[in-house]
Amino acid sequence: MSKTYYTEEHEWLTVDGDDATVGITNHAQDQLGDIVFVELPDVDDEVEQGGDTVVIESVKAASDVYAPVSGTITEVNSALDEEPAMVNAGAETDGWLYKMKLSNAEELNELMDLDAYKELIG
Amino acid sequence: MKHTPLFSLHENSGAKMGEFAGYDMPLFYPLGVMKEHLHTRNSAGLFDISHMVHMEVTGSEASQLIERACPYDASNQPIGQARYTFFLNENAGVIDDLIITRLESTRYLIVSNAGCADKDIAHINGLAENFNATVEVIPRGFLALQGPKAESVLDRLGYAVRDLAFMTAIEPKAGWFLSRTGYTGEDGFEIAMPVEETEAFAQKLLESADVELIGLGARDSLRLEAGLSLYGQDLDDSVTPHEAGLLWAIPKPLRQGGPFIGADALAEKIEAGRLRKRVGLRPTGKMPVRAGAKLVNENGEDIGKVTSGGFGPSFEGPVALGLIDMKAADQPVFAEVRGKQIPMEVHSLPFVPHNYKR
Repeated sequence: MSKTYYTEEHEWLTVDGDDATVGITNHAQDQLGDIVFVELPDVDDEVEQGGDTVVIESVKAASDVYAPVSGTITEVNSALDEEPAMVNAGAETDGWLYKMKLSNAEELNELMDLDAYKELIG
Repeated sequence: MKHTPLFSLHENSGAKMGEFAGYDMPLFYPLGVMKEHLHTRNSAGLFDISHMVHMEVTGSEASQLIERACPYDASNQPIGQARYTFFLNENAGVIDDLIITRLESTRYLIVSNAGCADKDIAHINGLAENFNATVEVIPRGFLALQGPKAESVLDRLGYAVRDLAFMTAIEPKAGWFLSRTGYTGEDGFEIAMPVEETEAFAQKLLESADVELIGLGARDSLRLEAGLSLYGQDLDDSVTPHEAGLLWAIPKPLRQGGPFIGADALAEKIEAGRLRKRVGLRPTGKMPVRAGAKLVNENGEDIGKVTSGGFGPSFEGPVALGLIDMKAADQPVFAEVRGKQIPMEVHSLPFVPHNYKR
């Protein structure tokens, strides 16, 4: 059974066992505007909760996306190399950014569920 | 933050607002930066530029005052002609870049950047004390309508634009000003009017299916593709017009001396040859390289910096402007971004051809 968590930095994380898929929320892509480039991490990179993982470039500016939890990158969405706009069109679906293996499931307790995230964005 | 006369219009149109030069301005609307940019090049984009400063210079010595402040022959300027020029400092560095239109033999309109408002007003007022001329800041609404359909939109509304040449202007009615000028590389117009008439005029323009509201995000990507400088990034008071590739705006005789502040320094610096120059840069790959990025050569030595950079929707790739040391010219150039060295190709300007109506 998978469960989706949210962060204050507008990332989502769908977890199944200790595998997770990470992306930015629809609210986040709307705030960023048209995305023209996504700099993804490398497979096997180790990330710490809150550390930089992805840089998303819109026409005007670059934005950092942080790791919601600690772990190791297992796969990146390389379709975004050719089509960065997929993050705008499907931020919570085909615009996912990377998959990872969690190293500390306890960190999930610090994240929000959908209701709490909806309250955050108002 | 300050508001322009179109603040409510922007909010009601779903603009994402942000601060610029002390004003709360529309960065983009629901269409988004990419579509707003492409719409302008294909149709007619409407920009709120009311944050810019309008100063009217009047008096028997108005020409001489301008000739003291700016490197061009204002006394020979034809009535109705608009000139791109600068306020220069003693070192021939640019205090601001501006457009000055001669409205009558003793009346000129200076349009300058919002970000330099206090500086410019103090500068010209200080100089005015020595001349029989007055300077008056005029608060006005100011809109730009840019793109291939701009002329037909204004023509249908009854404005005499079909025979208005590029870089000329008219005053269609009291308190109004209309010039064939712009900051996108496209044919287009800039229109000023009393504050209280601005919203109604904007609404009238928006009734046309050809017109869309365009925010500052696309304004920047349009001017960058057009190779146009942004004061505060590509130009500042340490950059001379020569380094910036803008000597064309200064009449040849004035490059050897003249009555303007900075004339001697300019002549000396031209004689000595510039030490750095403005270049267009195309990052290889798809990642944009932004203002502030360091430029280095193959040995990792500092050779300059990126002054503006972003993504060009019409160019379909990242574009940038930079200042490079002359000794590094004709050598490979790299930009440092997040610890990586991105190869940069020097690219002629503009990135996208201009469509001025000449």
